[in-house]
Parts: sequence; C-alpha cells; structure tokens
Amino acid sequence: METNVYKPYLMRIAEITEETPDVRTFRLEFTKEDEAASFSYKAGQFGEYSVFGEGESTFCIASSPTRKGYIECTFRKAGRVTKALAAREKGDTIGFRGPYGNTFPLSDWKGKSLLFVTGGIALPPLRCVIWNALDLRDNFKDITIVYGARSVQDLVYKKELAEWDARPDVKLITTVDPGGETTDWKGPVGFVPTVLEKASPSSADSVALLCGPPIMIKLTLPVLSNLGFSPENIYTTLENRMKCGIGKCGRCNVGKYFVCKDGPVFTFAQVNELPPEY
Amino acid sequence: MGKKTINVDSLGELFHKIKSGGKRILAPVEKDGVILFGEVASYPEVATGYIQTVFSAKEAVLPRFEEILRFSSEGRDVVIEEESNKPVPTVVFGVRPCDAKSLSVIKAVFERDYPDIFVQSKIDSTTVIGLSCVNSDEYCFCTSVGGAPGDTAGSDLLLTRINDANYLAEIITEKGESIVSSAPELFSEAGNVDKDRHLAQVNRQFDLDELEKRLPALFESPLWAGQSLRCIGCGACSFVCPSCTCFDIQDETDGARGIRLRCWDSCGFAQFTLHTSGHNPRGVQSKRWRQRIMHKFSYQPGELGTAGCVGCGRCSRACPVDMNILQHIKDILEAR
Repeated sequence: METNVYKPYLMRIAEITEETPDVRTFRLEFTKEDEAASFSYKAGQFGEYSVFGEGESTFCIASSPTRKGYIECTFRKAGRVTKALAAREKGDTIGFRGPYGNTFPLSDWKGKSLLFVTGGIALPPLRCVIWNALDLRDNFKDITIVYGARSVQDLVYKKELAEWDARPDVKLITTVDPGGETTDWKGPVGFVPTVLEKASPSSADSVALLCGPPIMIKLTLPVLSNLGFSPENIYTTLENRMKCGIGKCGRCNVGKYFVCKDGPVFTFAQVNELPPEY
Repeated sequence: MGKKTINVDSLGELFHKIKSGGKRILAPVEKDGVILFGEVASYPEVATGYIQTVFSAKEAVLPRFEEILRFSSEGRDVVIEEESNKPVPTVVFGVRPCDAKSLSVIKAVFERDYPDIFVQSKIDSTTVIGLSCVNSDEYCFCTSVGGAPGDTAGSDLLLTRINDANYLAEIITEKGESIVSSAPELFSEAGNVDKDRHLAQVNRQFDLDELEKRLPALFESPLWAGQSLRCIGCGACSFVCPSCTCFDIQDETDGARGIRLRCWDSCGFAQFTLHTSGHNPRGVQSKRWRQRIMHKFSYQPGELGTAGCVGCGRCSRACPVDMNILQHIKDILEAR
C-alpha cells in the first residue's frame, strides 16, 4: 500500500528564537526515531508546516543539512497559520511535510566563490545554504554576504550575523534602510543594491544567490550584471502560494513549471524565460 | 474485447446484479431540476432526455471535498489517526465519452511525482459504463479536442443506443468484461452493427495542435482582457469541468479532534494565488482567465501529453455571463 502523501511528520518544538517582534525561528525534532533516521534533505528545499486544526503554511528549511537531528524554520506572523504557529510553545507538536522541491547545486560550485545578496525575511532560505557552505568551507573560495533590512530591529539571526562577522573566512556586510538605524549602529546605512555596488565583489569564478522582496531583486539584478554575473550564475528561490507542495493543487503554476516541484530554485536565466506570474 | 447487445428492459436487471455484487452505482439523476451524478438503487431512478449532466462524473474519483488526514490533540501531543476516506467499489453508469476521457487527465495529474492514494484508489475501484452521445448541442466540441461522441477511451464498457429496444455494448477492459460476465444472460452477440450511424454529429471546429503552438506567443495579447471583461470570477467553469483538478486544503475541527480536507478550488478566484504579503501573481481576472486557457491548452499538453479539456461544453453552459469557450478559442486562433 502506498502512503498518504499528505500525512505530515509529527515534530516537537525543541527551541524557539524570537528574531524580531514578529519573526520566530523554531527548531523542530522528530518525535519518531525511525523518521529522524531516514529523513534527509538538501539546501533549498522547503516543506509544509502545520498547526493541526488551523492548516498548513509553506516555508523553506532554514537550517543546513549538515546539521543532523533537527530542522529549523523561520517565519513571520502574518496569516492564520503563522499566527497559530507563533502561539505554539516549546514542547508543542506541529506537523511537517517535506522536503519538497529542487536544491541549490552546491556540489557544482566546488572551488567557486559564493556571493549571497538578501533582504529582510528572505535570509532564511539562504541561511541554509550559508551554513551548508561554511560547514564545507574548504570547498569554496570567498564567501560574501550582503544582507539588508528595513531597520536594525528587523534583522533576523542577529547572533549568527555576529558570528559570521567575526569569522575571517566570511565577508559580511549588514545594512539597514535609511532611517532604520539606531544610535549605536556601526554598519552601513543604505539599500542593498547601493551597498552591493559599493562593495563591488568580484564575479570571477563566482555564483550569486539573490533572494529578497521583488523591488530589491529588480534593483539588484542590474548591479550584479554590471559586476559581471551572467543570468546563469545568479540563483534565486521563488515563492508562490502553495497548498500541496507536490505539483497538484495548481496554485504555484508558472508557465510549464510548478514552483513547488520544478523549483523553488531557479537561475535568472530560467526566471527570465518564465511568464511574470510569481 | 468484444461486442454485445443488451435490451433496454434488461438494464434494470443489470443494475440489480451490480448492486447485489456489492457495488455502489452512480448515475445521472435529476435533483431540483439539475442533472448530476448521484447514487441510485435501481435503474428507473436514472435520468433520461438530457444532452449533458450539469456536473461531471469527476466526483466519483475526485469528490468536492474529501478527508485526507484525521487527527486529534491531547495536550501538547498530536495523534494522526487512520483517515476514514476509503474507496467504495463503484460502477458509474451513463458516463459521456468526454467525461470518460477526462478521467485520464485526472489520473495523470494525481499519479505523477507523488502518487495520491485517494484519487488512485478511487480510480482503481471504479468501473465506467459509458454512454455514447446520440444527441449534441451547440456547446459540444469533443471532436475538436481529440474525442468523439462514441469514443471508447476511458470507458470500461460503452453503451450505444442502436434502436428503440437495444444498446450496443462494447467491452473495452477487463472491468467491463466482468460486468458482462456477471450477467451473461442479459447480453447477446452483436453481429454487424454500424455504430457510427447512431451517433451524434459533432463537427470539428478548431485545430488543437495549432492552438497549443500559438498560445505561448499570445501571452501578452490584449485579447485576454477583452474576453474576460465580463468574467465575475465565480469559478462555475472549474466546478462543472470534468478535468479541472486544482484544489484547496482546509482543516476542520470539533474540539480536540479534526480532519484535513481537500476541496475543489478554481484558478478563477483572486485568492487562489494571493500571497500573504498582499502580492498576487495573477491579480486581475484577465490573468486568471489566461491561466485557465494556458494551463489546459498549452501547459498540460506539454506536461501530460493531453489537453486539459475534453470539449464537454459545460463551462459555456454554466457561465452566468455567457462566456463561450469555443468562441473564445476560435478568436484566440484568429488573433494576430
């Protein structure tokens, strides 16, 4: 008998981190040992997280597959399910279906430099790749991260930002939008595209991972292009509303692709071929 | 696998045999003036004199809503229970060849990548007794999308009325054979029957391959806005469509116990693609109408090898603002 593809794993909330007043990170552990042992995923994949009785919500797996025994997700309190999720406490049980979708081709990037460009709540999908790359640090040349948020308060993963900042093998630039700085803010103030242009990282033997709100992406692409990144070497992860996550419910259909099963990872060479329905 | 005939008066006995064999029978019935598929106990309940049922036979394998998960909460723990959604051995009687063909679209969507046991098990436990069309109306266009009024595809047993007293019974599959062999005394050898002579005449009105070829270049065409100006986004077209499969997932609870339901949905609804942020990739009705046509006639042929339309004409009959898909397709093919 085949299994019910809509049946989630039962996961225990092992740890809750309040990233910002409305953004939380959950560390989730499997409640069944055999499921924990057989579960595996790759950077870029996502899942359907559920509060039983409220429904399911789609987010990436924000932790690195190199860290075993748990997965993490980071979400903003926004709709019915995420509000219900945010009301859960450590020790509560939630559901997880996945991993779904394709992955960032990290093994193809051996020997290359990685440039991460991201904004606001779009850091979680790239955080998975960042830690994955840092845990295999010898496989890559330079690792540069340009991350921006509206305000200091809106920066997520503050502890990890400090950790990356302290590492000699990572170049991290954290910026906040004008007006979003605090009196003790020492970093740059400005929008991500401008800050990226100023930093001017090399595109030689490098791939860029770009993930953020549509306006940030729109204004960052020309900057990356001027730096010499071709659309084939700029990767992103698309978001579309999903229910099933497995290519059936129809919501995330963009042209001949379903973001859930053919994505969510695309290069901009691929994105440029898509109808603008994402 | 063979051709037989069965007398009209024997259908009552055939129904009796099927029922006593432990199978549920779904057939076209009239309910509040609407012809739809419902469970029947005996043959006289079956509706007659209609061209097309308002709702399709899709419900036999993809119900309007069905349980896909059952759970209960106890404090901080959750228990996932065995879902009650199990297939019932079913014979669907009186399925038009267009509807029978649509089952292959549904099957293809639900078996690829991540097989869906709920749809698959219903398809496996369903026997389709098709009923060829001897009449059609101006909304029918099966022959333009690869079907025909007497097409056997998708049926296990296909009945065609060949005179006042008899149906030709074409046995297409083993499931069909088992229906005949459950009551062999009701069937006679068919001999030479010119089936086509008894079928409705449905003329081919457009070239499906040409449509598929032309659609990608028309993505930005102003015709989508023109065609959908009057669309009110009611979703009726999807609900009556035999090959629309898009769905929503919703939870329902009663205290600590709950179920997760799969419910029919429609790409015609604004909320279908609405992001939590407020961004909507298909934020206006013209984009949603374009998606309906593109998905059925451009994306699905590439992905599944078959169009997502069987030419039943239901969407045009049901549309409250009289959008006629056949006319719109012809206009699309004429667009430059």
